[in-house]
Amino acid sequence: MTTTLTINGEAKSFDAPADMPLLWVLRDVLGMTGTQFGCGIAQCGACTVHIDGKPVRSCMLPVGAVRDRAVTTIEGVGASPVGAKVQKAWLDLEVIQCGYCQSGQIMSAAALLAATPNPDDSDIDAAMAGNICRCGTYVRIRAAIKQAASQRQS
Amino acid sequence: MAVAEKIFDGLSRRAVLTGGLAGGILLSFHLPVRAFGVNEPVQPPDDTAGKFAPNAFIRIDAGGTTTLVMPQVEMGQGVYTSISMILAEELDADFSRLALEHAPPSDKLYGNPMFGIQATGNSNSIRAWWPHLRAAGASARAMLVQAAAQQWQVDPASCTTANSEVMHKDSGRKLSYGELALAASSEVPPKDVPLKDPKDFVLIGKPLKRLDTPDKVNGKAVYGIDAILPNMKFATLKACPVFGGKVAKVDDSAAKKIPGVQKIVVLDDLVAVVGDHMWAAKKGLDALVIDWDEGPNAHISSTDIWRDLRAASEKDGAVAKSAGDIVKGLATGDRLDAAYELPFLAHATMEPINATVHVTPDLCEVWTGTQVMTRVQSEAAKAAGLPVEKVIVNNHLLGGGFGRKLEPDMVVAAVRIAKQVDGPVKVVWTREEDIQHDVYRPVYRDNIAATLSDGKIVGWKYRVSGSAIMARWFPAGFQNGVDIDGVDSGIDMPYDIPNFHVEFVRAEPPAVPTGFWRGVGPNNNVFAIESFMDELAKKAGKDPVDFRRGMLGKNPRLLAALNLAAEKSGWGQPSPDRVGRGVSVQPSFASFIATVVEAEIDESGEVKLRRVTCAVDTGIAVNPDTVVAQLEGGLIFGLTAALYGEVTIDKGRVQQSNFNDYRMLRIDQAPKIEVHVIESGEAPGGIGETGVTAGPPALRNAIYAATGVALRRLPIDRAMIAAGKKS
Amino acid sequence: MSPAARRILVSVVAIVAAALAAGLWILRGPGPMAFADGPKVALADYRAADPTGVPASLAKANPVERGAYLARAADCMVCHTTQGGQEYAGGLGFKLPFGTLYSTNITPDKETGIGNYTDQDFLNAVHRGTRRDGAPLYPAMPFTSYTYMSDADALAIKAYLFSLSPVRATAPANTLPFPFNQRWAMNFWLGLFNPDTRFEPDASKSPEWNRGAYLAEALAHCGECHTPRNLAFALNSRRKFAGAVTAGWRAFNISSDKATGIGGWRDEDLVAYLAVGHADGHGTASGPMGEAVDHSFSQLAPEDIRAVVAYLRTVPPIISPDLPATLAPPAPASHRQGGGTADARGKVIFEGACVSCHGWTGESSISPFATLTGAWAVNDPGATNVAQIVISGTRRHTEGAVSMPAFGNAYSDAEIAAVANFVTARFGSKPSQITAQDIAGLRKQTSQ
Ligand code: FES
Ligand code: FES
Repeated sequence: MTTTLTINGEAKSFDAPADMPLLWVLRDVLGMTGTQFGCGIAQCGACTVHIDGKPVRSCMLPVGAVRDRAVTTIEGVGASPVGAKVQKAWLDLEVIQCGYCQSGQIMSAAALLAATPNPDDSDIDAAMAGNICRCGTYVRIRAAIKQAASQRQS
Repeated sequence: MAVAEKIFDGLSRRAVLTGGLAGGILLSFHLPVRAFGVNEPVQPPDDTAGKFAPNAFIRIDAGGTTTLVMPQVEMGQGVYTSISMILAEELDADFSRLALEHAPPSDKLYGNPMFGIQATGNSNSIRAWWPHLRAAGASARAMLVQAAAQQWQVDPASCTTANSEVMHKDSGRKLSYGELALAASSEVPPKDVPLKDPKDFVLIGKPLKRLDTPDKVNGKAVYGIDAILPNMKFATLKACPVFGGKVAKVDDSAAKKIPGVQKIVVLDDLVAVVGDHMWAAKKGLDALVIDWDEGPNAHISSTDIWRDLRAASEKDGAVAKSAGDIVKGLATGDRLDAAYELPFLAHATMEPINATVHVTPDLCEVWTGTQVMTRVQSEAAKAAGLPVEKVIVNNHLLGGGFGRKLEPDMVVAAVRIAKQVDGPVKVVWTREEDIQHDVYRPVYRDNIAATLSDGKIVGWKYRVSGSAIMARWFPAGFQNGVDIDGVDSGIDMPYDIPNFHVEFVRAEPPAVPTGFWRGVGPNNNVFAIESFMDELAKKAGKDPVDFRRGMLGKNPRLLAALNLAAEKSGWGQPSPDRVGRGVSVQPSFASFIATVVEAEIDESGEVKLRRVTCAVDTGIAVNPDTVVAQLEGGLIFGLTAALYGEVTIDKGRVQQSNFNDYRMLRIDQAPKIEVHVIESGEAPGGIGETGVTAGPPALRNAIYAATGVALRRLPIDRAMIAAGKKS
Repeated sequence: MSPAARRILVSVVAIVAAALAAGLWILRGPGPMAFADGPKVALADYRAADPTGVPASLAKANPVERGAYLARAADCMVCHTTQGGQEYAGGLGFKLPFGTLYSTNITPDKETGIGNYTDQDFLNAVHRGTRRDGAPLYPAMPFTSYTYMSDADALAIKAYLFSLSPVRATAPANTLPFPFNQRWAMNFWLGLFNPDTRFEPDASKSPEWNRGAYLAEALAHCGECHTPRNLAFALNSRRKFAGAVTAGWRAFNISSDKATGIGGWRDEDLVAYLAVGHADGHGTASGPMGEAVDHSFSQLAPEDIRAVVAYLRTVPPIISPDLPATLAPPAPASHRQGGGTADARGKVIFEGACVSCHGWTGESSISPFATLTGAWAVNDPGATNVAQIVISGTRRHTEGAVSMPAFGNAYSDAEIAAVANFVTARFGSKPSQITAQDIAGLRKQTSQ
């Protein structure tokens, strides 16, 4: 079945069964490997993408359910000012270790800041607790979100 | 097909340097994704033509690009940056214009000086390579200087170097390393090149930005799981859930009907489904009806394993170290005995284990992320039935290693599957399969007896019982019945104890494969020792910090760390009800660390981590920010295990499967962490594992302080805390 | 014993026995279809379309295929199969308050299964709860429902079971203490509570209704979970389909009560719920109902599902007084607004392990199957099923259904209670107060 999705602003057409999770469409059909597989059961957040700007776990989202909504992945999130600020804060504070979880962390953080420009700790908890980092970069993730938020205002 | 985009992207990145961020860092990974011509091996690296390649680590081409070849793998510990800093420091290379390459497999060129094989682990990348990399950088620099001096007909001693240029001070002449590359190639490397005085370091000791991270914020970083090849298939697999069991019968009629399923591969111990993408493979696997021949291990359970380990730990072990007179020591003063127990643990690297393999009649090519390049190569060769030189291994960034990727099993399985597949196949383990077929951190039991007199320890007898991982992994490390990893921090005790005795009992659990886990042997030792220290302090009626201070006379570096951590953590100041502080110290991995954990424990036994304060003397901190980051991450890793980590066995199989039942600490449970790095001129120590071993005993001691409950097992037992059983 | 004492004892025994008999007679109550008061006729005398057997599309099928359909409609497999075990080989444990019963092997293995059963043996078991050796079965086997099955249908199921490959498997021994291990005592129970009678159509009702009644009562045995039981563990049809807790799960009210039953559901919602285990606005089947959908209802012909719905519609309304009259709307999008609990742990667990699927609103961004809004489970102030789902997860197999992992092995009783209370507080109309002790109790009741 040919499906067309708008991913990072570009129309992409491909063949995939409607029940196939978006994660595997991105990774295995479109070759966009920035979005990662960590658990497959919406427990780790490594596969987070934005659907119409909202963070969604692509490992469980059937591609057929995306319909005409806009998909943004880690490859495209830097095009938005919020995404770019998050990426910059991540590098400024040297958040990343192995990096495998960080596509998902950045996507969750960008969605948080888009919705809540000045998040406090409880907002960060509510938005980020679904993203596991096995390398334990949580302290810096929190700091980087705050830094990205403060730069939004200046 | 869109996959091609990725391939061309990969190729173009290989050919072109990508622009970095604001700092103008230019970085390229020599990506080992090869799109075409699988019949031309890329190793041994024959990319030195036209370049100045003074040794295995440095290549400078005529364009001035300095490429550094990484003998250790990058799995998040920042080692690519630290290694580059060491090489570039002595080479006086322009740090903003470096290209990095993953090293190909070669024990000869890239063998870890501590192991003799090409392995990354045991927190020793910097410790082991420090003198060698400095020498490599310095000798390359000397050759460039010689080439310039030759050209200018001046004394090499009159030339200086900086930012990838040689300068002749008197004449003001300059030549870039690129311009000198060709000439330098014919210079003979000088002997005994002097190294820089540490006070002249311009890179080492500065908190520099990591070289691998820019590509990790935009999805460009390529991990093993991201390898893409033309006409690649995707596979996922299921091994017999019972360790050692075999496939009896497979009904694949339903699986074959699933669109995208290409092939069912049935091997003696596992079944794989090959498809057009992971989804087809996974659906196909779920649709198989597999009957297993569970074999002799189907009855094994954690209960039995613990019973046997406890029994084994009551017998005498092989003596690892003995000083003074332990019999006399244990007969003097007040005696305390305790036994501590640690569970099986899975690694759960964020990147599930995987390998992409292409087997042809005369070649086997592997794309993966491993901590053991050459071992992967030789094991893949065996599995493929080919000579070692017919196996190409392309290493990638690792989405976490933690010791899991010190094992080649995933590559071996992938090769066995790939032999049945036309063209390349990417084999990806589901998280469930990754957790249920790990090589687990073994169960350990630590029996300790000690005597106290005048508030000091007089006798100390410590027996470690558990797997001898070294006996399998590195036999030289298992001699006369002692596993050097198993007793590592047990024999390197920091305290002054006159009568001291350490033993090891090798007790292998049946069927469950065991291996290294981040923190390795010290994980177990430090937990037992530092937990027991608090019980002894209580018996002696002393404050835990004071008690330790009194016996650290011969260990000034650790004492200084302890004093700093105590000061910064507010040790001794009043804390709220049900809040406790616990301390641990350790001289493990040649780093000296003191850690204070502050935790709040509620009536139901739930633990809230409030704050961790850590002081560390790790010698020269090559990249101090990485030292801090490694401690922060290591602490979370260790505390996660202390709070939740346990793999249990029932009916011969692992009961945990994914993050729903193998639980991880999350951001909303993470404590504040402060790390204080003590300036030091000593040689660098290891840092990647130190936080892991530091956290659990300090947490355990915080619980002890807050509740009086003396936990002697991990993970912490909430029910026991709630019951309030005091020691 | 003196003669006087003996006399007293005998008369006391007589009085107790009489009281017991009277009490039990009251307990026994009406039959499950008694609410339909039209004239009942013997099946053979019913002139409209036959309510028994298989749907028209299978009319020409061989007995084995028909038996397969009926076995699915009777949902035999779920109880007679362990997780990961061979189908129909038995061994699934049912934890009852007084011990554990294990289902039997009903593959045609001669030694460990039912390979030696004659037709009459099989009918005795299915209709009368009597084993081949004459021993009575415990009513965990729903023979008080199956007894309404026609002989032809029961024997078609037997033909299907006998077409399977025999599996050698002996179920573990039941762990019932005295007096429950006294099987002979069951004979009294059987005498009182098993009507041992076949389905009789109601001539005043449509053929569709009669087909639905037959499917719901004789095969699907809905009442075994949804009808409360009396003191003697028998179904109390006076409160037919008013809901009950069985095996640690709450089977909700499926009487036609508008507020707390299914009276307010549209036909298409009921059809969807039975056919795929989910209806938008009404939540998703999980636990035993999820299994019933996966292995039974989802495989029935559409006309059979519609017949069951037609029948359910006519069951008299009974109110569940503990359930709210209106269901809670979606929760606010922000974690800051909306219900919460004093125990902070509930939110911490929810934001880590649950919100990715269920969202802060309760409406899932991933799948309607994961939407909490509108589900009875989150509106139940007892939180039984919320807690159960957290403990055991859901393992749904119907095409398109989404499953949830089990959290019971890694989270403590107190934590599960905390998150269940948070979920009902945020997504339901009345917060639950489930405790760690309750969770420990629920863990003990689930079948395994
Ligand atoms: S892979 Fe999707 S949440 Fe873990
Ligand atoms: S950086 Fe490695 S898992 Fe997060």
